Amino acid sequence: MSQKLFHVSLSPHIQTRDSIQRIMLDVIIALLPALAVALYVFGLGALQTILLAVCSAVFFEYILQKFVLRVKPTVSDLSAVVTGLLLAYNLPSNLPWWMVIVGTFVAIGIAKMSFGGIGNNPFNPALVGRVFLLLSFPVAMTTWPKPLVNRTALTDVVTSATPLSVLKEGVNGGQTVSTLSAQLPSFWDLFIGTIGGSLGEVSALALLIGFIYLLWRKVISWHIPAAIIVTITIFTGTLYLLNPAVNAHPVFHLFTGGIMLGAIYMATDMVTSPMTYKGMLIFGVCIGLLTVIIRVFGAYPEGMSFAILMMNAFVPLINKFCKPKRFGEKI
Amino acid sequence: MIKTFPKGGVHPPDNKLSCDQKIVRLPVPEQAIVPLSQHIGAPAKAVVKPMDLVKVGDLLAQNNGFISANIHAPVSGKIMKIDDCIDVSGYKNKSIIIKTEGDSFAEGIDISQDLNEEIRLTPQQITERVASSGIVGLGGATFPSHVKLSVPKGKTCDYLIINAVECEPYLTADHRLMLEKGKEILTGIRIILKALDVSSAIIGIENNKKDAITYLETLTKNVPEISVQALKVQYPQGGEKQLIKALLGREVPAPPGLPIDVGCVVFNVGTVFAIYEAVQKNKPLIERVVTVTGKAVKKPSNFLVRIGTSVQQLMQAAQADMDQAGKIISGGPMMGKALNSLDIPVVKGTSGILVLPWEDSKRAEVENCIRCGRCVTVCPLGLEPYLLSKLSQKAFFERAEDEDIINCIECGCCSYTCPSGRPLLDFIRHGKTTVMNMIKQRGKK
Repeated sequence: MSQKLFHVSLSPHIQTRDSIQRIMLDVIIALLPALAVALYVFGLGALQTILLAVCSAVFFEYILQKFVLRVKPTVSDLSAVVTGLLLAYNLPSNLPWWMVIVGTFVAIGIAKMSFGGIGNNPFNPALVGRVFLLLSFPVAMTTWPKPLVNRTALTDVVTSATPLSVLKEGVNGGQTVSTLSAQLPSFWDLFIGTIGGSLGEVSALALLIGFIYLLWRKVISWHIPAAIIVTITIFTGTLYLLNPAVNAHPVFHLFTGGIMLGAIYMATDMVTSPMTYKGMLIFGVCIGLLTVIIRVFGAYPEGMSFAILMMNAFVPLINKFCKPKRFGEKI
Repeated sequence: MIKTFPKGGVHPPDNKLSCDQKIVRLPVPEQAIVPLSQHIGAPAKAVVKPMDLVKVGDLLAQNNGFISANIHAPVSGKIMKIDDCIDVSGYKNKSIIIKTEGDSFAEGIDISQDLNEEIRLTPQQITERVASSGIVGLGGATFPSHVKLSVPKGKTCDYLIINAVECEPYLTADHRLMLEKGKEILTGIRIILKALDVSSAIIGIENNKKDAITYLETLTKNVPEISVQALKVQYPQGGEKQLIKALLGREVPAPPGLPIDVGCVVFNVGTVFAIYEAVQKNKPLIERVVTVTGKAVKKPSNFLVRIGTSVQQLMQAAQADMDQAGKIISGGPMMGKALNSLDIPVVKGTSGILVLPWEDSKRAEVENCIRCGRCVTVCPLGLEPYLLSKLSQKAFFERAEDEDIINCIECGCCSYTCPSGRPLLDFIRHGKTTVMNMIKQRGKK
């Protein structure tokens, strides 16, 4: 009996049943309501873009790991699916198919795999892919299909400007917000998502449902999204109160563009966000400030992607200076 | 009101399979292996030689310095040899091997079960008796108890804390002891209060032992100096730093800070019972309650066993399924030690034998750190396990020291919670040991 060999290891001898795969699956589940809205609002174009992005992201990750890096492929952890999905959510639904593939190649190949795969990338891969496309193909990336009317069309779609670009161009052209408001959708349309924009960012409602799911599953904490949203509300609210003629209402800012998608799903990417709650709050506040600065004072109508990527670069620094309070340490 | 500590911690499944099993006395083993080092500090020095005859409770080995403890014969019989035997540490250590003959106790030991509540000894005599009886902390840390009873000059103690948390999953030894020996434990607490000259004691119990809380609350109804405090279930609340924080809101300073620096002395509830027996019954520490449990055990049980009994005998008594067994752990699943042999004896610090089935005994596959920060969130000491682990792995020990690696209490919350299955604590332990040695070397220069 004592001949039998047993496992030996250091404690602890039990582990949680949580895994990277489970976390990624939760993120995918949380993104499903927004997927449904995207299909409803943009139809086949959205379906094509999402499928292309997800499949090519998984394909690139597998090929690069198997034949270039010669490591065990980790596609089963579903992180490539999440990257593909998030990148698709950040694209106009009628983007030419090859641009989608170029985008996922940049996201997976350059932003993720060249740094050593999951966990080692300093910047959010999906955002790197999106910004690469935005800088390379500015026209295609800012041509937005009109909501609800293009459901069955893959090419020759009817396009329209997004609420943010209507605002930006209008104000730059000397008009006031109140005269522009006739061209802008109502707050209710903004909230449920029947507006133009990137295919996954339009519905604040769908994204918030996913947020509640992620909080309930304890995949993310409230700190980063809350810090971003509160900062943007205060900043744009102050500007609105100071000069309502050229500055939009804070609610308009919150529900347009990529703020909800960015605050809930992109800025909270574990790999590229700070470790401590204090760090997360600083990170979120800075993203909020940068976004509004770019939107209101910069050349681009939208600034969420740039703000998150810029703050990604500061994460190591934030981690270094936002230490948790050591037990027994006197404050 | 239910209390707990504010920062960190995890809540693994309780799995208290044996919580309704009464404590059963196991038969005296045919042979006892008694290691000379069953406590923190210097190993004891043997005072017997082969072929000597000993009775139960006779002194086998004398303490060797202030932080050390006496060791007594757990069985009566003949000393066979003093030899190197594998103990819980996995290494060979000097042990006394006794062949059992009969079961006769040394003179002066009261083996009756009668309750004796009258404390006759003076504080000085209590401390001496605790030292001569070889009592050590039975929660697992095995720190010699008489050292804690002598409060250093310049320090004052205003609270005695009784650790009845038993936060490790599976273990139920303390729980059963409280239910079955509540009055003895109360007397033990009064003995320690007298020795320390302190007027209040708090018993901290986790809320998954409601019957023990109710029972001790009834017993202490007319004892103003002893109170019972229910605690929310949260591992590692049984760590003394977390327990003091939960009960009193005081934070023990970083090492070398001790509970006495915030006016507390902490005793495990099992130790309190051992002190009761030593002081009131003149009975040295020769036996203890051990939980034998796990999913590969048919009859999870709580046994009263003599020190030196082999793990194999305990497992047989609890009908462990040897075909299923994949990992044998001395202690709980979070901080216990995996055993590599069944001949290893029960020692003073053995609170449980946990038999995990084969499928639960392998670790998860290690994946990349995704910097989710969960290890930082669950660390009850406010450390950054991902960082300490990386620094230790890359041998940046000076930086690890700056990041307070020696504060780590090795509770294992970080490794438990890591979704990538990374062995964070393995590396941190290595780093901590290296840094401790570096500090020691610096002290010598």
